[in-house]
Amino acid sequence: MYPEYMRKSIRRVEKTRSERLKLARSGKTIFPMMSEEERQEVLDNFHPDYKKDARKKVRIGPNKGEKITTKVVDVLEAYSRIKPEYFDLKHPDYETDVLVIGAGSAGFSASLLASENGADVLLVTKLRIGDSNSMMAQGGIQAAVRPDDNPLLHYLDVMGGGHFDNKPDLVKALVSEAPDAIHWLQELGVMFDRNEDGTMLTKPGGGTCRPRMHSARDYTGAAICRTIRDEVLNRPDKIKILEHQPAVELIKDDKGNVAGAVLYHLENRNYFTVKAKATIIATGGFGRLHIKNFETTNHYGATADGLVIAYRAGANLLYMDSVQYHPTGAVYPPQILGFLCTEKLRGLGAQPVNKNGDLFVHPLEPRDIEASAFIRECTDSNMGIETPGGQVGIWLDSPLIEKLSGPGTIKKNLPAMLRQFERFDVDITQDPILVYPTLHYQNGGIEINDHCETKVNGLFVAGEASGGVHGRNRLMGNSQLDLIVFGRRAGIYAAQYAKKAKTGALTLSHITEYDKEVEKIGVDKKHISPMVLPDYTPSSVKERQHTTEYQGTLR
Amino acid sequence: MPKNVPMVKVYILGEGFDVPEGSTIITALEYAGFQLTVGVGCREGFCGACGTLYREKGDYKLQAGLACQTVVTDGMNIAQIPFVPAEKPIYDINKIDPDIDAFKILYPTLFRCVGCNTCTKICPQDIEVMDYVQALIRGDVARAADLSFDCIRCGLCALRCPAEIVQYNAAILARRLTGKYLLPKSPDLENRVKEIAEGLYEEELQKLEKANAETIKKRYYDRDIKTG
Ligand SMILES: Cc1cc2nc3c(=O)[nH]c(=O)nc-3n(C[C@H](O)[C@H](O)[C@H](O)COP(=O)(O)OP(=O)(O)OC[C@H]3O[C@@H](n4cnc5c(N)ncnc54)[C@H](O)[C@@H]3O)c2cc1C
Ligand code: SF4
Ligand code: SF4
Ligand code: FES
Repeated sequence: MYPEYMRKSIRRVEKTRSERLKLARSGKTIFPMMSEEERQEVLDNFHPDYKKDARKKVRIGPNKGEKITTKVVDVLEAYSRIKPEYFDLKHPDYETDVLVIGAGSAGFSASLLASENGADVLLVTKLRIGDSNSMMAQGGIQAAVRPDDNPLLHYLDVMGGGHFDNKPDLVKALVSEAPDAIHWLQELGVMFDRNEDGTMLTKPGGGTCRPRMHSARDYTGAAICRTIRDEVLNRPDKIKILEHQPAVELIKDDKGNVAGAVLYHLENRNYFTVKAKATIIATGGFGRLHIKNFETTNHYGATADGLVIAYRAGANLLYMDSVQYHPTGAVYPPQILGFLCTEKLRGLGAQPVNKNGDLFVHPLEPRDIEASAFIRECTDSNMGIETPGGQVGIWLDSPLIEKLSGPGTIKKNLPAMLRQFERFDVDITQDPILVYPTLHYQNGGIEINDHCETKVNGLFVAGEASGGVHGRNRLMGNSQLDLIVFGRRAGIYAAQYAKKAKTGALTLSHITEYDKEVEKIGVDKKHISPMVLPDYTPSSVKERQHTTEYQGTLR
Repeated sequence: MPKNVPMVKVYILGEGFDVPEGSTIITALEYAGFQLTVGVGCREGFCGACGTLYREKGDYKLQAGLACQTVVTDGMNIAQIPFVPAEKPIYDINKIDPDIDAFKILYPTLFRCVGCNTCTKICPQDIEVMDYVQALIRGDVARAADLSFDCIRCGLCALRCPAEIVQYNAAILARRLTGKYLLPKSPDLENRVKEIAEGLYEEELQKLEKANAETIKKRYYDRDIKTG
């Protein structure tokens, strides 16, 4: 429940609500969209990426000399977790045609298509299968399906959202396979929301010129992810699964091709080796690096492992200088700090307003613009609301949704949001939500072509770990789409590659070489990556752990 | 964490630890010094990895919740349930019909439900679990799909069911059958998939792919926007 001083501000929001409702009903735009110049100005001055210490030059590896997000550079410029000399690579513990690393929707799609294309698959993951960012997506998945929409318009939206930095071949694949991706999911049994006439329910999203967002209530990601997980579980003869065993390094062969991975069992702390003809990285994003100390919407295992191990193996990164902050992360109540308040709220009519209840930005600008405008309102303009814990935020006026579309709309369309806040005694049908940008998505990643291939033979990437398709800013609904489109592609092309691949003798010499480079630039021996899990142990505990050794963040 | 937060005592596997008031069970475990490797996933109530049994001070009742969503209380006794060894039958979704027979064959235990409602009482998502089990027994697959929609597979219902039913696995089958067979097919979707397969947009897309930045920018800022 909100304390009284916050209630005061809420009363001001209630006062302006009827005027804002009229405006929304009038069909006119409720707040002008920014021009290209205005957008640039708000980004330059308020987006966290544009701050001085946001980026630094990476000193080693394929992107040497390039400026990259500071925390990412820190995990790239670090020592390996393993000592190559300990491994007997002549006798790998597992052998497979295609190794898929990561069990979110990208990994599942890849596993399914690889198996359908004749490959035996080993799917390995850090947490339980399906515990991932894929499961958490609420808002939706884009596809140009309506008669007044088409893939060309979708193409333009993706490019504009990404500031025109997107790789055109990837965008073309994304938008032209989108309707088929939805169809594929429907045939596997995803219950997409329908209109009364049976057509797909579609809503607008930030940066889309047509209502193109398909949803399954506000459990869209879960509906997709658990359906394809069930399909993966139905093919035990083709797809073997190892849980709680993150990949901590890639293995190569003597020709320099990627040929498997080293796994680390989180429970019994064994290392295992996998020999694979083709390897697909689908390890997702990096929210748990807590860049610039932001809270995050990401799952516990989102620590950029895939980036690190691919980089050491020689793959290059693209657009790792840009980070997506989602405009609407919860800042109150404190238990759900950083929790994602889906963009669908704004899609359904919730408006962002300041402490006086006034609009200050169009609700559906592209994410980076919207987030920057929120930060401006909370800092320079000093129009935010402070919580008892010291966080600042602006109001997202959710009760407006029911004023616009009738009582019960929130329960029907946003059950997850409603439940989440009810757990902490906030009723979002009656009271607005306090929000501030939260660390959400890794816009860039490991560079791929439209076959999901990297610079290194035998290594494929799909999903959030990949870079190029979204340029420097992804629009809502295009990530869920990219998991399916490129997950499937990765599966197909990796299976084809595996058929022809002649894997040579296995080696980890690239790790030894890379470690030497790290040593040359004088990095402290304590810096170890991939991180695998974040460390939330308080210092009061660490002070007593006299005989505990930490390998990076792990004990 | 602000200074001088009041502390509460929680019991983890029987041992007492002082943790800040307002912590969730997950953050309380971490504050007490446990580094979690299982029993945690999304930390936002979506993945179901963090099912936990607990008992509150002075209460005889064994309760259950999601560790990432449950705020600790003073004297709370906690045990995490990171895994439920439940059965999962294998099937080919293309070869089964959306009716009662599928469930008779794949989930015969459903029909042993004694209607005790334990599952509904324990579900952290407030799902009417017993009602969806009953719907399946009647062969009302669409109703079961609708009622079970918010299930996150935490496994707690199956754990407490006296009839050894694996409710959530039966529920995903119900939802898949509904999504695939029972919901209406969208004519727009079928049509668009066909158009693309016939190459309708291919030429224009290739032009866009090759267009220079200026052209793309112009077309982007000139496009008409329809949000309704
Ligand atoms: C809260 C939230 C809401 C979102 N909402 C939307 C939305 O509405 N629409 C949209 O389009 N996008 C949305 N997104 C973004 C989108 O869901 C993610 O980008 C996407 O799910 C990433 O999928 P993925 O398969 O690439 O990675 P993930 O789904 O994160 O899966 C990564 C997998 O890799 C595993 N893993 C990690 N490291 C290792 C390792 N070293 N070894 C083995 N396994 C490893 C993890 O355990 C996990 O299983 C949202 C994201 C979040 C967090
Ligand atoms: S139905 Fe069962 S598995 Fe699903 S959320 Fe409820 S208790 Fe958990
Ligand atoms: S707990 Fe088992 S027996 Fe009891 S109502 Fe639920 S499904 Fe039926
Ligand atoms: S950690 Fe995912 S539901 Fe609690």
